[in-house]
Amino acid sequence: MSEHVLRLDDVHTDIAQYRILHGVSLNVDRGGIHVLLGRNGAGKSTTLRTIMGILTARSGAITFAGHDITRRHTSDIARLGVAYVPENMGIFGGLTVEENMKLAVAEPGFDPDRLAMIYTLFPAMKTFWTEPAGTLSGGQKQMLAISRAIIEKRELILVDEPTKGLAPAIVDAMIDAFRDIGTQTTILLVEQNFHFASALGTNVSVIEDGRIVHDGTMAALAADPDLQTRLLSLSMAETA
Amino acid sequence: MNAKGLGEAFERIGGVNILPLLLILVALPLIGSLPTWLTLTVAGLGMGMMIFLMASGLSLVFGLMDVLNFGHSAFISFGAFIATSVLVLLAGWLGAESVVLNFLALFAAIAAATAFGLVAGWAFERVIISPVYGDHLRQILITIGALIVSEQLVLLIWGGVPISVPRPAVLEGSFIFGDVSIEVYRTFAFVLGLVVFAALYLVLNRTRLGLLIRAGVENREMVEALGFKINRLFIGVFMVGSALAALGGAMWAGYKGVISGELGGEVLILVFIVVIIGGLGSIEGSLLGALLVGLLGNYVAFLFPKLSLASNMILMLAILLWRPWGLRPAVRH
Repeated sequence: MSEHVLRLDDVHTDIAQYRILHGVSLNVDRGGIHVLLGRNGAGKSTTLRTIMGILTARSGAITFAGHDITRRHTSDIARLGVAYVPENMGIFGGLTVEENMKLAVAEPGFDPDRLAMIYTLFPAMKTFWTEPAGTLSGGQKQMLAISRAIIEKRELILVDEPTKGLAPAIVDAMIDAFRDIGTQTTILLVEQNFHFASALGTNVSVIEDGRIVHDGTMAALAADPDLQTRLLSLSMAETA
Repeated sequence: MNAKGLGEAFERIGGVNILPLLLILVALPLIGSLPTWLTLTVAGLGMGMMIFLMASGLSLVFGLMDVLNFGHSAFISFGAFIATSVLVLLAGWLGAESVVLNFLALFAAIAAATAFGLVAGWAFERVIISPVYGDHLRQILITIGALIVSEQLVLLIWGGVPISVPRPAVLEGSFIFGDVSIEVYRTFAFVLGLVVFAALYLVLNRTRLGLLIRAGVENREMVEALGFKINRLFIGVFMVGSALAALGGAMWAGYKGVISGELGGEVLILVFIVVIIGGLGSIEGSLLGALLVGLLGNYVAFLFPKLSLASNMILMLAILLWRPWGLRPAVRH
């Protein structure tokens, strides 16, 4: 039980009248990066939003670090130690970088060691510390969103497509950063960019039409082009 | 200088923040007489600040909670009537003999209206607003329903006959400087509004609570995902917004001198115009909008009386054509 930091058991989620998740079961090991792959509309973001409690599962169970969080409020789930970096990054553009970071800590005041680590990972955070976050570039906003998720110790970080719309050079910088972060905590990463996913993932699950259709190690999937084509279809294989 | 250069120059000297000042300066040659201009300007600023009190709460509620609250004017009406009742009750303290008693009565009236706003705001949010979060159509229906009910309650409690509002003697009359006469009451309204603005500004920009509110205006979901309960924030903001409406209503009552049940509805239009001109969710915007509406109202009433009804609508139209999101929206689009 305790080797899995997160367990999803036959989770069904609806958005309005549409059924999006048709029984997602997923085990995320403690430590490392678990990648959730899948095509557009397969239910990747919905899975993360259901874990975070932004959407509520119609049935099934979600267990995080021994707590049943299936029906818990989003803010409670966050307080239990889950950080969330949404697809749109959720940056408060009218607030400064510093103010965005202030909202990510439960009590006022930053842990100097963690702040130093963030400055090392993302020097831009230091440069733009007092600037409005709305003026940052797309890549810098993504860095801020990730910095917010790691400024306090979290058991689990949910990250939704961090490379979307980023320039290749920044994607490579992100790979280094995630590799670093993945040594300290557990990341459940939703991604479409197979280059990024395969560089980082230890385990991988593939979601298709609201169900998990494959579980395994990233090494096995990366080594098997046939499996990639079968699971991820042509559009994903092309980007590989 | 081309249009772009002009725009940049405008931003350099303060951007939209200087619009009230520009309006004041433009009015001087049109009015011609310095004393008249000064009197009208102070009157406009005082009126603007009273509207600001009423509008700031609505703007915050609108911006943070995404709630269209037509019931806002009920708090304005109740604030006006409760303050008036307190002043009537304490009529003995309002005479010229004691400044201290004057201010005590005034303080009691304002405190009663504000306290009512806080308590009634809490009940209103729990009973009427909380079931309809996220659904504008239902919000409009239920808050207009609540407005009708509360207007009838005002009739039931205070009757349909207009009531005259007693004023403390210290706020009666005018300061006279040579040819210039400046109403004491409007000066007081201006100062009170300025104090409230400063307090709101400091809370919003210098405290963690304010940080949460500003973040919530932009992205509620993310505030929750960072571990905060936005519902508690909503209740608090709604209570303060309602209390500000009641305070504004109390001040407006003293300014009108005679109040009737229609007071809330009359001001609500002005308040909505100010919130829209200023940009949703921003108290700086509300202040700018309220000052513009107050000043323009007074200048136009003097210069072109026939236009005075339309002046606010024309102002709103012009500003929205120029800045479709208002002057200082909390969220940049």
